[in-house]
Amino acid sequence: MNPSNYLVLSAVLFSIGAVGVLLRRNALVVFMCVELMLNASNLAFVTFARTTGTLDGQVTAFFVMVVAAAEVVVGLAIIMMIYRSRRSASVDDASLLRL
Amino acid sequence: MSGEAWTFWIVAPLTVLGGLGLVLSRKAVHSALWLAVTMIGLAVLYIAQDAPFLGVVQVIVYTGAVMMLFLFVIMLVGVDASDSLVETLKGQRVAALLAAAGLAFVLVAAIARATVGQPVGAEVLAPLGNVESLAELIFSDYVFAFMVTSALLITAAVGALVLTLAPKVAPRRSQREQATQRFRPADGDFSMAAGLPAPGVLARHNAVGTPALLPDGTPSDLSLSRVLLARETLAEAAATAGEPTVAVLTADADAGAENAGAEDARSADAGAADAGQVGPVDPAVSAEPAAGQRGEGRS
Repeated sequence: MNPSNYLVLSAVLFSIGAVGVLLRRNALVVFMCVELMLNASNLAFVTFARTTGTLDGQVTAFFVMVVAAAEVVVGLAIIMMIYRSRRSASVDDASLLRL
Repeated sequence: MSGEAWTFWIVAPLTVLGGLGLVLSRKAVHSALWLAVTMIGLAVLYIAQDAPFLGVVQVIVYTGAVMMLFLFVIMLVGVDASDSLVETLKGQRVAALLAAAGLAFVLVAAIARATVGQPVGAEVLAPLGNVESLAELIFSDYVFAFMVTSALLITAAVGALVLTLAPKVAPRRSQREQATQRFRPADGDFSMAAGLPAPGVLARHNAVGTPALLPDGTPSDLSLSRVLLARETLAEAAATAGEPTVAVLTADADAGAENAGAEDARSADAGAADAGQVGPVDPAVSAEPAAGQRGEGRS
């Protein structure tokens, strides 16, 4: 099967994630869209690993997963803090970096 | 079509559907569930592309851990919080859609024009087996990145702890301070030396929300948790605002009230007889106010 199909799917998923980041107001949904973009890039990495015949792409995808997990932990903690002080998870309400 | 092609053409539309659902759902919980669909689909595609380790990690780390974390935070932040449809920036929605469509077009065009090598087999890609080959690579060429990753994970865990710790309102009272307050009180009041009364003592129920009755039959606020008392205050405020009453304290004064009502009836009866009025006063009618109070207390 032509590996370009996987790359096209990856590009489509990445674009969908970008739309979500630009359109949605809820900070949690924006965050999930960022995760979708990371996943799409992982798919491209895995596909390239297969077409180049080396495992480096898979290792990179593995590190992307680890970093994404760390990012989720810190990001969700920040969202919780913002929610605690503002009683809202909307990115519009957090337009100022202070209360 | 090969088996891999079948897998791709079944799973790829599902992942795109999951992505669209993620963006288009109004509620954050629905978005999270759609994202889980996409992630499981991607795990299947990884396994189809000779990356079984990444597929399993995808299911465990992303669908298992990360999505659970998201769902936890959604539950904390409020499940019913849905997005507003008000555009804060004029024309931003159209501009965002155009930008993303342009991005997709550019990416797909670049992929279509690029020369992508033909995929190699699993035995060429990972001669020792997928996990063993990955381990060899991670612990030789990428060992520095691996160690930096561990530092990153520790920092993230500590950072999340520090960020989410709630500040203490008052300094914590030690056991010694509490004992001093009980047995060597500054104001000389030793009434609490034996401890606070337990809820439900001499009352009709022993639930934590039922205050203990003092020897004279009055409920004791000291036997209740401060939290329950605060809620009681809130409930009273709501009752004055016209909402249904949620009374805790008056729930079991009914025994005393009943007796008092009967006594009232008797005395009223006697008074009527003394005054020489015709027609005895019905005890049930005299007991009516007490019954009404009880009903209010229960509701």
